[in-house]
Amino acid sequence: MRLIRSRSPSDRAEGAGPAIDARALAALRDDMVRFAVLQLRNRAAAEDVVHEAIEAAIRRADSFEGGASLKTWVFAILRNRIVDHLRQRDRTVSMSVLIEDDDNWQDGVDQLFAEHGGWRPEFRPAAWPNPEQALSSRQFWVVFETCLEHLPEATARVFMMREFLGFETEEICTTLSITPGNCHVILHRARLKLRSCLESGWGRTGELEC
Amino acid sequence: MLTCKEVTVLCSLELDQPLAIREKASILAHTLMCASCARFREQMTTIHRAMETYADGRGSSGTDAGMGDS
Repeated sequence: MRLIRSRSPSDRAEGAGPAIDARALAALRDDMVRFAVLQLRNRAAAEDVVHEAIEAAIRRADSFEGGASLKTWVFAILRNRIVDHLRQRDRTVSMSVLIEDDDNWQDGVDQLFAEHGGWRPEFRPAAWPNPEQALSSRQFWVVFETCLEHLPEATARVFMMREFLGFETEEICTTLSITPGNCHVILHRARLKLRSCLESGWGRTGELEC
Repeated sequence: MLTCKEVTVLCSLELDQPLAIREKASILAHTLMCASCARFREQMTTIHRAMETYADGRGSSGTDAGMGDS
């Protein structure tokens, strides 16, 4: 089994940090690409950031504390790379255009409520299975990923910057040149949409196969 | 009293910024009376946790189900 240790200029002694199993790292690649594609919506860009993240992980192998999950450690590096990518990206895609594209979808959100502002009976939130069980069930994550993939592009970008990457809303506004009001509306509708999607795919009936 | 539609907006907002005491009180009063919105609020927390878990590489639809890595 090939083990990777970081080669620092000082050529650290063996055992300075737990070594990373190259195959374990390679096995994470698909999950990393999937995660990056969800946010960047661009396969080539996603593969680039994953490549950078894997390189960075190899360079920094010595800082990997063996106790933490390798995947969690690598994902933290990946998230940083995506953050850098989003901050540096030449903003060729106008968010305002994307937001308009997403607007038809807003009608769907409005349908959830009656004129007086109460839930329409058919859209009332149903009881969900126990969250603890959900988060350790593979079926839940299949539905979860599918639902994220189905978010409209502008909505997905804003929502994932906030929830996956921990951007504050002010920074999202600055980075994407949108107003705080817009940002909150987008986040809200992302959550509404994701909620109903999860519920129809997984929450309402546990036995339903997607 | 706020409508369900308005309460869902606040339930989302509270995940992004601290709410004013008045807003918190509105949510609490409403959710005590409205089971649908109480459920909605819990589900927002579940979604938030799921996003965190996934971003941490601890949730996965892949073959290792994200749970087996050691």
